[in-house]
Amino acid sequence: MTGPAARILRDGRLHLQHGPIDLIIDAEGNRVAALNAARARFETILSELVAELPELRAPMSPSTAMPKGQTARRMHIATAPHSATFITRMAAVAGAVADEILAAMLPCGLSRAYVNNGGDIALHLAPGSSYQTAIMAHDGAPLGRIALAYEDGARGIATSGWRGRSHSLGIADSVTVLARNAAEADVAATLIANAVDLPHHPAVTRARADTLSPDSDLGARLVVTGVGSLPLTDIDRALNQGLATARAMQQSGTLLAAALFLQGQARTVGHSELSLSHQQNRTLAYA
Amino acid sequence: MSNPAEKIRCDACPVNCYIAEGRAGACDRYANHGGDLVRLDMLTIIDAEPDTMVPFLSGTDGTDWDGDLVHSNRPFVTAVGAGTTYPDYKPAPFIVSQPVAGVDMVTVVTEGIFSYCGVKVKIDTDRHIGHECAIVRVDGEAIGHVMTSEYGSKMLSLGGVEHLTGGSKKEGRVTCDALLRLCNREAVEMTIDDVRIVVQAGHAPIINGEVERLMRVGCGSAAIGMFAKQWFEHLDDVVVVDDHITGVLSEHQAGKELGVPPTGIRIKGRRSTPGRYFQVAEPGTGWGGTNIDDPLTILGPFKPDVAWAGMRMLMVSTTGEQSGYFELDSDLVPQPRPMPEKVQASVERVAENCEPSICSVLFMGGAGGSLRAGVTENPVRLTRSVKEALTYVSCGGAEAYVWPGGGITVMVDVMDMPTGSFGYVPTPALVAPIEFSLRASDYAALGGHVDAIRPLDSIPRDKTRRVGPARNQPDPTAAVNFSWSTNKERKP
Repeated sequence: MTGPAARILRDGRLHLQHGPIDLIIDAEGNRVAALNAARARFETILSELVAELPELRAPMSPSTAMPKGQTARRMHIATAPHSATFITRMAAVAGAVADEILAAMLPCGLSRAYVNNGGDIALHLAPGSSYQTAIMAHDGAPLGRIALAYEDGARGIATSGWRGRSHSLGIADSVTVLARNAAEADVAATLIANAVDLPHHPAVTRARADTLSPDSDLGARLVVTGVGSLPLTDIDRALNQGLATARAMQQSGTLLAAALFLQGQARTVGHSELSLSHQQNRTLAYA
Repeated sequence: MSNPAEKIRCDACPVNCYIAEGRAGACDRYANHGGDLVRLDMLTIIDAEPDTMVPFLSGTDGTDWDGDLVHSNRPFVTAVGAGTTYPDYKPAPFIVSQPVAGVDMVTVVTEGIFSYCGVKVKIDTDRHIGHECAIVRVDGEAIGHVMTSEYGSKMLSLGGVEHLTGGSKKEGRVTCDALLRLCNREAVEMTIDDVRIVVQAGHAPIINGEVERLMRVGCGSAAIGMFAKQWFEHLDDVVVVDDHITGVLSEHQAGKELGVPPTGIRIKGRRSTPGRYFQVAEPGTGWGGTNIDDPLTILGPFKPDVAWAGMRMLMVSTTGEQSGYFELDSDLVPQPRPMPEKVQASVERVAENCEPSICSVLFMGGAGGSLRAGVTENPVRLTRSVKEALTYVSCGGAEAYVWPGGGITVMVDVMDMPTGSFGYVPTPALVAPIEFSLRASDYAALGGHVDAIRPLDSIPRDKTRRVGPARNQPDPTAAVNFSWSTNKERKP
């Protein structure tokens, strides 16, 4: 059994890893103290989650009790607004871990910091500071840029899609969401990616989640394992499904902006406020 | 072998994922290959221009591969991250070819599952860490033993099939874990009887909580010989305290030749030859590897008919880390006095001649028939090819010493390998990278899997990790490694 491990990357950022958690962390301000605080908080974070794992993997209902662990509580709070439909608190785990580590760093006094948990990012921005990052496709192609300022209020970025590390019920190549924190962004990206779908479409292959990952929180639900080339009309239909979900979330305040990508096409929500731009991949236009 | 269709439970982290056949766990680091838990890592390529981003590896500062670019710009594919071929018959995961100085070279890379493997540990210290044959334990489990001491160093032999699979389940698991950590250059705390020792490749050993600093320049007797000329003009006698052989200047041959008169000194312990004493105290972590903190305890009363008041005596340990200057009072009892400058300088000279004490970890394992079958349909031919120096064996790109005799039993310094080169399977056994480089023509001749050869540039770059070459390591595909080369200078 390997324990939590920490190392400083060549570029000076901190890398923390334990089991499935991989964090890349940097901070400006009282940097060394903050990185040490992150490392200290990381020691037990996975074992705390594992202690409640069966409950956290179970489908959530409005009456589900608040869990004990600090990170699990963040997961609960982020997923609770969506508990009328199928959701487990694991939908927020990556973002919640990022939020929890960032929270441990903040008392050190920081002008800017981020905790990147495999693409789900918790941010700290002091007044006057900003953060920029790029959205890449799974093959490394650029999809757009995100430029966040203090005033935007977004402190969480998350991306979900069937090509990512977690299984998805939908066919989106990727959905990137900006929200108030990483846990909220994580949940929203998961649910929007699930909604970008074409049920029973012959170009989409699916498998039971529990045949791929025996202890998946998605159980016997069918997850996407492959998406063939789709006609533009189907792409539009699928993206519009996701767009409706994203708009509803924007209205209820659970996300600030979202960008949905599928086979070279994109949709955005709330991007004018948040400088979320996208460069449309034009391959299909020529095809 | 477990049933290939079965899901397995991963014990690499507390999540304990169940992993279905052919799938990876939640971390994407461990996977189920035919019922075996295997570690997935990026294929590592040694490149003259390593990318700045390196994948996660625990316990390193990430700077250890910013080495000098001692080779050409030609990349070399290591087996780190290549995956394994177990159980046997499939071609090795990567068989790559590239022209090297006009010769088409093939490198067969695989991560071997080594059930027969272990580490030899050299610990630069004279401190007592345990008697020969004493059992080395981690978490109370026997993982190996103390073997024959070497000059200035203690040696451990750890792991091996008897501990991995021959003992209890826990013994195997603990042994495998300790070997893995040692090979991946992490620190491992072990106990040998009542001695606690922390071993980490490339770092000083920590013995009973104390970091060892220096490796002695010689035994006590040798130190007398080496420094007698610097001592005899300023001192009447010198005792170099050493758990092995304590030296006494006035009685030692070196002192006699310089005309040093007898001082009436009496040393407790067993006299070997003049001026050389065994067992002046018990072994320990005090002066010169003994258990003493007060050097005067090894002296008997001075002979009254020979000794004289005012006699000047230096006592020093073999590393110069401990020293004391004494003069005899009128009762012929040694009394501590401030050390004269010249004597102080000589003590510093002893220390200066000691090298930094470090732990060396050499991985040793035998490439079994299964592993060799990944290279050729006729495994014994690979053995012969290696013996005939037609095939060069490396581990993670580092030169492997191949033992004489049958089989392919290799030994390699883990410090020469890329960080995090090792993995394990729950058998338990270590997974270590091993590469066989040879001419394409020789590869075909020994029945190699020529259909599986792929050009180096066909390996997608985004699926590889690139590291710089290690210092002082030969290029595995350089002609000089092979018997067909005219300027062959192959090491034994």
